[in-house]
Amino acid sequence: MADLGRLYKDGEIIVREGDSGDCMYVVQKGRVDVVTQSGNREIVLRSLARNDFFGEMALFERDLRTSTARAVGEARILTVDRRTFLRGISEDPSLALRMVRIMSHRIKDLTARLTAYENTPQTGST
Amino acid sequence: MIATSRGFAKRWARLAESDQYSLSSGSRVAVIGGGPAGSMFSYFLLNFAEITNLDLQVDIYEPRFFTHCGPAGCNHCGGIVSESLLQRLATEGIELPSHVVQRGMESYTLHMDVGTVRLNAPGLEKRIAAVYRGNGPRESEPLHQISFDGYLNELAVEKGARIVRRMATAMERTGDCIEISCADGHHRAYDLAVVATGINSHFVESVCGSTARIRQPKKTTTFISEFRLGRSMIEETLGNSMHVFLLDIPRLEFAALIPKGDYATLCMLGDDIDDELIQSFFRSAEFKQCFPDAIVPPHACHCLPRINVQTARYPFDDRIVMIGDSGTTRLFKDGLGAAYRTAKAAARTAVFHGVSSRDFENHFWPLCRTIDADNRIGKFVFSVSGLIQKARFSRRAVLRMTASEQAGDSPRKRMSEILWDIFSGSAPYREILGRAFHPAYVGGLIWNLAASNWPSARRRDSETAGQGV
Ligand SMILES: Cc1cc2nc3c(=O)[nH]c(=O)nc-3n(C[C@H](O)[C@H](O)[C@H](O)COP(=O)(O)OP(=O)(O)OC[C@H]3O[C@@H](n4cnc5c(N)ncnc54)[C@H](O)[C@@H]3O)c2cc1C
Repeated sequence: MADLGRLYKDGEIIVREGDSGDCMYVVQKGRVDVVTQSGNREIVLRSLARNDFFGEMALFERDLRTSTARAVGEARILTVDRRTFLRGISEDPSLALRMVRIMSHRIKDLTARLTAYENTPQTGST
Repeated sequence: MIATSRGFAKRWARLAESDQYSLSSGSRVAVIGGGPAGSMFSYFLLNFAEITNLDLQVDIYEPRFFTHCGPAGCNHCGGIVSESLLQRLATEGIELPSHVVQRGMESYTLHMDVGTVRLNAPGLEKRIAAVYRGNGPRESEPLHQISFDGYLNELAVEKGARIVRRMATAMERTGDCIEISCADGHHRAYDLAVVATGINSHFVESVCGSTARIRQPKKTTTFISEFRLGRSMIEETLGNSMHVFLLDIPRLEFAALIPKGDYATLCMLGDDIDDELIQSFFRSAEFKQCFPDAIVPPHACHCLPRINVQTARYPFDDRIVMIGDSGTTRLFKDGLGAAYRTAKAAARTAVFHGVSSRDFENHFWPLCRTIDADNRIGKFVFSVSGLIQKARFSRRAVLRMTASEQAGDSPRKRMSEILWDIFSGSAPYREILGRAFHPAYVGGLIWNLAASNWPSARRRDSETAGQGV
């Protein structure tokens, strides 16, 4: 009985906003928070559990990481390399089907959050 | 005018054919063999069917109980799930649970007569899984479900497949269906028959020629054995590393010792493996030094399974497709990965295109051809590695170059990357060969050939041969 991936301790940073990257990550065990910095406030964008992925944008573009991922408690994380992923979808585009579905859910969720935010009366505004 | 009407008639005939040979709700699919190829085919077929609102009935014929220990429950293999397969499965949302993984591997240890060197995975991540195909070796404690094949069976069943605990004995074309029969008189007609019986079954022989224009794949014999060392001894001696041997033993292509729970699995690939070859490997100092006091313990169980070394021609016909080892696999490496790739390509074809010979030829055969062409390059790669195996001066260079890359912190470790990909089977052979022609790699190799064979270096090497680097 053994585990795969790499073990991260509670609070350990898995990827840092602004770093460059060439892989995505899949949670094998434990929990991960994806956070971003707004001024000096930290916003939790998503809380992820087993089988969830993050850092997927690095598979498609060479931009810097747009958020930070941090282990909440002990977490085991498996890397998916850009090269393996691209080789996979060039042979079998349906490999990306699940990712596309989850990413569209995430967009839906972010749109709902943005709409809720837009509809909240802003303090200090006249 | 005549030409136009002929073209129209052709298209019309093709349209009629595509309707005749497509799966619709209520269609029945027989999968002969519930190994990795059969289970993954069923899983993806039902997954695609769900997306397209198709209601299919899938029967997996599999007589084996993967809960049994020893040969009765085992599909005879080294049990390495490659890095690329693990990553692809993770992308698909299929995770290998810890009760299925016997050990997560974070490195390869290369043993040669000129020394030993370890190749670490980036960040010492456990990127490769060692699994049992059944429920462990013959004399192991019967545990709860630990089999990789059993786990994949479960995934297929969760998607809606039904396991038929029978051995299929015949397959016949009857009208517009394929009929599957078993020795006990059971028979049933299907709209599609998927042959996933691997290479160690006689079923493929019964299919070839009589029911379809299919020629069997070519095969060769291999050797597997299991050694009981106990968990703590394995930790101490082998660790989380796959041990590979590059030795100058005639007819030996490749040997690997894979640590698992309480056992270590030895796999030998080569040219007609026989007792003489096995014994000369067992006598080698490099193999012995992997065990406590350099004594090879008696093996708990062993087998001589066959391996596919050339693609079946052509692994499909109307309503028939052959996947995994019974059709096409990768030469000597990542057979499980090839089972996944061919299974998924066949499932995609059946749901999105159809089940005629033409559909498989257009949408399934190209993948088999790609694998086949890559295997030809693989043969060349293995013959080069065979030359390295034979020449001590080149083994010295490989050792020196790998060891210095592993000790340094340069981001490009060209020799290590090539060796890693050859051992793990994670990259196509074409890509490996391409990297071997890179001027920086060639330059590094020439430099290391000179540096490691300089008389003073040779003297130093002979004093330290056999030690870990
Ligand atoms: C020595 C050796 C070591 C290997 N090591 C590795 C490795 O470490 N990693 C890796 O990726 N690959 C490895 N392979 C290759 C790997 O084992 C195969 O590629 C893989 O098992 C193919 O899967 P499959 O489902 O096509 O066939 P199989 O695994 O052979 O499964 C076929 C199934 O069909 C069933 N069956 C057979 N006949 C019938 C019938 N008539 N009716 C019903 N059911 C039937 C069998 O019971 C079996 O369950 C190794 C192979 C060998 C020989």
